[in-house]
Amino acid sequence: MDYLLTEEQTMVRDLARRIADEKIRPVAAELDEREEFPWEIMKVLAESDLCGIYIGEKYGGMGGGGFELSIVTEELSRACGGIAICFAATALGVYPIILHGTEEQKQKYLPDIASGKKLAAFALTEAGAGSDASAIATTAKKEGDHYVLNGTKQWITNGGEAEIYTVIAMTDKTKGARGASAFIVEKGTPGFDFGKKEKKMGIRASATRELVFNDCKIPKENLLGREGMGFIIAMRTFDQSRPGVAAQAIGIAQGALDLAVKYARERIQFGKPISSFQGVQFMLADMATQIEAGRALVYATARMIDSGAKNVAKGSAMAKLFASDMCMKVTTDAVQIFGGYGYMRDYPIEKYMRDAKITQIYEGTNQIQRSIIALELIKEQIKSK
Amino acid sequence: MNIIVCIKQVPDTQDVKINPQTNTLVREGVASIVNPFDMYAIEEALRIKERLGGKVTIITMGPPQAEVALREAISLGADEAILITDRAFAGADTWATSYTLSKSIEKFGGYDLIICGKQAIDGDTAQVGPGIAAQLDIPQVTYVKKTEEIKDGVARFERMTEEGYEVIETPLPCLITVVKEINEPRLPSLRGKIRAKQAQVTKFTSKDMDLDPNKIGLKGSPTVVDKIFAPPKRTGGQVLHGTTPEVTDKLVEEIKDTVISAGKT
Repeated sequence: MDYLLTEEQTMVRDLARRIADEKIRPVAAELDEREEFPWEIMKVLAESDLCGIYIGEKYGGMGGGGFELSIVTEELSRACGGIAICFAATALGVYPIILHGTEEQKQKYLPDIASGKKLAAFALTEAGAGSDASAIATTAKKEGDHYVLNGTKQWITNGGEAEIYTVIAMTDKTKGARGASAFIVEKGTPGFDFGKKEKKMGIRASATRELVFNDCKIPKENLLGREGMGFIIAMRTFDQSRPGVAAQAIGIAQGALDLAVKYARERIQFGKPISSFQGVQFMLADMATQIEAGRALVYATARMIDSGAKNVAKGSAMAKLFASDMCMKVTTDAVQIFGGYGYMRDYPIEKYMRDAKITQIYEGTNQIQRSIIALELIKEQIKSK
Repeated sequence: MNIIVCIKQVPDTQDVKINPQTNTLVREGVASIVNPFDMYAIEEALRIKERLGGKVTIITMGPPQAEVALREAISLGADEAILITDRAFAGADTWATSYTLSKSIEKFGGYDLIICGKQAIDGDTAQVGPGIAAQLDIPQVTYVKKTEEIKDGVARFERMTEEGYEVIETPLPCLITVVKEINEPRLPSLRGKIRAKQAQVTKFTSKDMDLDPNKIGLKGSPTVVDKIFAPPKRTGGQVLHGTTPEVTDKLVEEIKDTVISAGKT
């Protein structure tokens, strides 16, 4: 399928694909096994200029948007969904600054992100606040020129590795969701520590850690937007970033399909390659069709968001929902095509199935995505009357 | 530090097939790449430039499509590229190629260091680098595996030999050829690729250089290719059967026989 990429977008895709094939593919299994953060790859990405692909040229980026970010995430995910998310999670961490930061905040933080010198992370989830984000217990109390943060964030992608964190904390608990605010917190700030690093089913090269705030004093200039805007900032960030997770899902699915087609042509049973059997052919055909449908939806959504469209929540949720459910199905079928070998860790395919699962869960579970879509449908119906 | 890197566009030999009738390479439909050893030469030039400042200029002699190889070098960070292209250069052997390249380097002038890959993967002669140094009458260090130091007009390199390595100090300007142990070539950057697309590639033809017409192209090439043939395929070897001690004894006898018969011829 030709998605009519511009010449520059084609360059972006080809470069990301080359990094994926030459640098990521050879180390993916080992980093997964050792649960080791891919710093070498992050360095390659920094040198490639891809870290700043979605950041404005004014701040040292390449001036692209969510579409370019999606292309890169997809290509990296073809080789390893875990390494890809280390790259993409930084975008999640800095979108609040891009969307709601002051000029000073942008000047201060974006250039180091664009150059790949620093990584970022986004911290909303807590032990008691997952899908119900309004239940967060981390507090930020204003004291003179400072805010003082207390609480623990959980399952933070890039936790410990990133230098810059966007943290959602309650500035006024009595106001519920409207009492949350967003802050920029730098690694090394006294009172900001890291808790345990999680052991995960998939995306194991990525770091997932607790952030612990214990009377952590941050300057009031680190507030993003105004007090009480925390949830709006979080939701707008997710609207922007969901196509990125969807692109990760597309990449993982495509990577699994590529391996499955290759294997089906090599594996001989009953004296023939299994790719000559219609049962296998139909599976491959369905997988490819599903991936293409997902990709079309993700690309269309990313382009819509980049065009500056206002109501993107529904499209963004649909892209994430469809691509991740599709990814789970396609990777499961890919393992099926590999048969017994597919279940063995000596073969690369089982990792794709493990990596796929998280895409249905993070950045809003797929149940939350359906709620968003349904709510938007109802709102549209009311408005049209 | 002004560094010149000489590169060659070659067929990607991973895809190359040999025509069994003519025993020549089938070049149709085979992708062209920058000679892999030249990638190490480009990388070394860029690293030296990053340390000491200066400029990296890439030169290649070849058909017009060799410009693609030059643009790839620019995408990695090279500053300038020169394509030496003319029908008059066609059929050049390593002698004529060295002569033509050295003349273009003389014309370009102002260089401190010339870097070449140790050899090209199509011809495998390893003669052009040393040939250029001879034509320019400058020192050469071949099979360099490490640049130790470049300072005050003097350079020190580690040169790989079969037994180990030699450390060689030489005044600049000089020419080195590099082996793959010297570095790990980088990938292009996005800004580099954009720059490469827009960059101007300077073209030299035979008229732009002070050349002796009898020393270029096929006419200037003393090499005569008598015959090209594919080496005979290896036969399957011999599998020894039996218990381990039996097989070991047989193997020792076989080795003795082979060594003795080799000694007789």
